[in-house]
Amino acid sequence: MHKLLPASLALALATPHCALAESPSDLATLRQEIATMRAAYEARLEALETRLKAAEAAAANSATVPGATAASAAAVVASAPPPPAPVASGGGANAFNPAISLILSGLYTSTSRDPEHFAISGFQLPTDAEVGPGTRGLSLAETELGISANIDPWWRGSTAIALHPDNEVSVEEAYVQTTSLGHGASLKAGRFFSGIGYLNPQHAHTWDFVDNPLAYQALLGTQYGDDGVQLTWLAPIDQYLELGAELGRGRSFPGTDTSRNGAGMVALTAHTGGDIGASHSWRAGLSVLRAKAKDQELDAMNTAGNSVTNAFSGRTRVWVADAVWKWAPNGNATRTSFKLQGEYLRSTRDGDLVYDVDNVASAADYRAVQSGWYLQGIYQFMPGWRVGLRTEQLDPGSSRFGANAAALDLGNYRPRKNTLMFDYNPSEFSRVRLQFARDRSREGVTDNQFFIQYQMSLGAHGAHGY
Amino acid sequence: MMIRNALIALLAAPLALLAGPADAALRVFACEPEWGALVQELGGNLVEVSVATGALQDPHQIQAKPSLIARARNADLVVCTGAELEIGWLPILLQQSGNAKVQPGQPGNFAAADYVRKLDVPGQLDRSQGDVHAAGNPHVQTDPRNIAQVATALGTRLQQVDPAHAAEYARRQADFAQRWQQAIARWSAQAAPLKGAPVVSQHKAFTYLYDWLGLKEVAVLEPKPGVEPTASHLQGVLSALKGTPVRMVIHAAYQDPRASEWLNTNAGVPAVKLPFTVGGSEGAKDLFGLFDDTVARLLAAGGKR
Ligand SMILES: [Zn+2]
Repeated sequence: MHKLLPASLALALATPHCALAESPSDLATLRQEIATMRAAYEARLEALETRLKAAEAAAANSATVPGATAASAAAVVASAPPPPAPVASGGGANAFNPAISLILSGLYTSTSRDPEHFAISGFQLPTDAEVGPGTRGLSLAETELGISANIDPWWRGSTAIALHPDNEVSVEEAYVQTTSLGHGASLKAGRFFSGIGYLNPQHAHTWDFVDNPLAYQALLGTQYGDDGVQLTWLAPIDQYLELGAELGRGRSFPGTDTSRNGAGMVALTAHTGGDIGASHSWRAGLSVLRAKAKDQELDAMNTAGNSVTNAFSGRTRVWVADAVWKWAPNGNATRTSFKLQGEYLRSTRDGDLVYDVDNVASAADYRAVQSGWYLQGIYQFMPGWRVGLRTEQLDPGSSRFGANAAALDLGNYRPRKNTLMFDYNPSEFSRVRLQFARDRSREGVTDNQFFIQYQMSLGAHGAHGY
Repeated sequence: MMIRNALIALLAAPLALLAGPADAALRVFACEPEWGALVQELGGNLVEVSVATGALQDPHQIQAKPSLIARARNADLVVCTGAELEIGWLPILLQQSGNAKVQPGQPGNFAAADYVRKLDVPGQLDRSQGDVHAAGNPHVQTDPRNIAQVATALGTRLQQVDPAHAAEYARRQADFAQRWQQAIARWSAQAAPLKGAPVVSQHKAFTYLYDWLGLKEVAVLEPKPGVEPTASHLQGVLSALKGTPVRMVIHAAYQDPRASEWLNTNAGVPAVKLPFTVGGSEGAKDLFGLFDDTVARLLAAGGKR
């Protein structure tokens, strides 16, 4: 029950300031405002008089310059540009239309192993987990429709709707966010990608590779999004320091959506960053996510080598350490630039596991500590052309299955993968990418994965995060 | 309980810090060096100016990096070009700053391009024409007459956001206006021999400068705004220029000079690097130096003939 308190506190704070503004002590403020207005008008009159004098002086001056030069100079001075045209109105009922953007993306995939049998050895993942290279051949990749606008002076709203290749539609993000809290604070409510780590809040079309790293796939279900509230606060100091707190229902892996009044997810984030000279900038952070799961169905392999379905109930805590460093000569990334980023994820699952739900259904204590990391570098060697390299590895860690220890063992194989990416961006709005990966996610199996991808953005020019 | 206490602490800390000294300088965040320099002229020691970008950076392609977010967080006034020049980075900077004072529509948000007449306003909005700016060409600072108009509006805005020092801003504004008008008259007289001179630009960055001095832009090296010149496009420009001799090819300090140098080598057209903004050259130390140097460089390359 007490978990609702922070949320209601945050909502109370989000109430627009106008409710507080009309207190009786504001008379003095009003008086001061009138005085200010008077001062401003007097100052403007004074400025106009000065300009008039200056123009007269200038005209007199140019008269002393000999011959034709003087004439043309006077002409140039005289032809001061006319005042700006009023801001375009018109548009009628459509004038308040929000910014709309559409991302179109397509993919050709070739793999040496059938993606149907993709798995990450040593990691029990949900039956519907979005892992691996997807489908072979030509396919439409995710199409994303983004709509955003200010709602009123206090809120803005944004949504991202994903149209999947299998004709399904899903709401990736749909949230409202305060614009007027001030004091460095901002509150978001609705559905959004969690602010943990570096890659997690980023939309797929801004990734530097076709797919998200294995550590994100195995420990966060590719990307953690939830329904809830998020409060961020930026410290009032010259150093960038942003703290964030999130409460959510725990809708997706590593949590599960169940009927409960409280929060199924809590996350805390801290990020800091800055510049080193004119050419370097960086950001680093530490986040933790805690999610509850109940009867979460997991695909697993038992010690006999058979596929089984287990069910996990308990808590998962995922720590994410992230760092990114960017270089561009004099801060101008038009011609060449370099970006190095890496993240380390560590997950602890505590609770109980029902082994082989459909047949044996034997429940026992369960604890697993697993981790993974990736490191990637992206080098833009000339305008529009980039090359990238990513290396990554997972550690199945240690796990305790209690009474089921004889039937289950995650082994000690470390899944790993190396990826080479090459892309061409004819403009800010279009991209064609080639990617080759040597994937060793499955013990004893090497999968050579080859992708050709295009990503095109239509409509509103979205601003990009760091 | 723990979370609630943490939240209260999180919210109380900034409030405590806000109750600091009342007479501190007005903190101004300027997107480009020219507006930083103008704020300094109009605000003197009443303002503390932080400039987001340098003269060697392409103002279209800045990133919303942590240091900029931190500076936007603490600003009382944000002074930018507007007209969508900063569309790829400023909106996210302002969103992440959590600073209510500087959001669009607030007195703390000032867009210079709102106060001048804009040129190159596209009749048709279509990205097949390259990275066109819907509101018109945003590089308004290359015409000193625009600077004068922006200075008037900015002076008024400074008085509005810092009313305690309104009289001082008014005095500084009047003083600047007088010196600036005299300087414009001087530059206009000096640059008179350039009137009508045909020139080539690398990017459509100098529309306002040409409008002021009467230069004629006969070709642009970028095939479309924001698109790098290709070898074949350069060849096309070269053959088009065979019949029409031009006096110079102009690029901004932040741009890669290779395309201009190519034209210089292959057609003997003098290549001129203009500072484009304050800090873009040795001479462009402030706004006056920016135009002193711009006019001098233009005259040196194409004053005769
Ligand atoms: Zn431009």
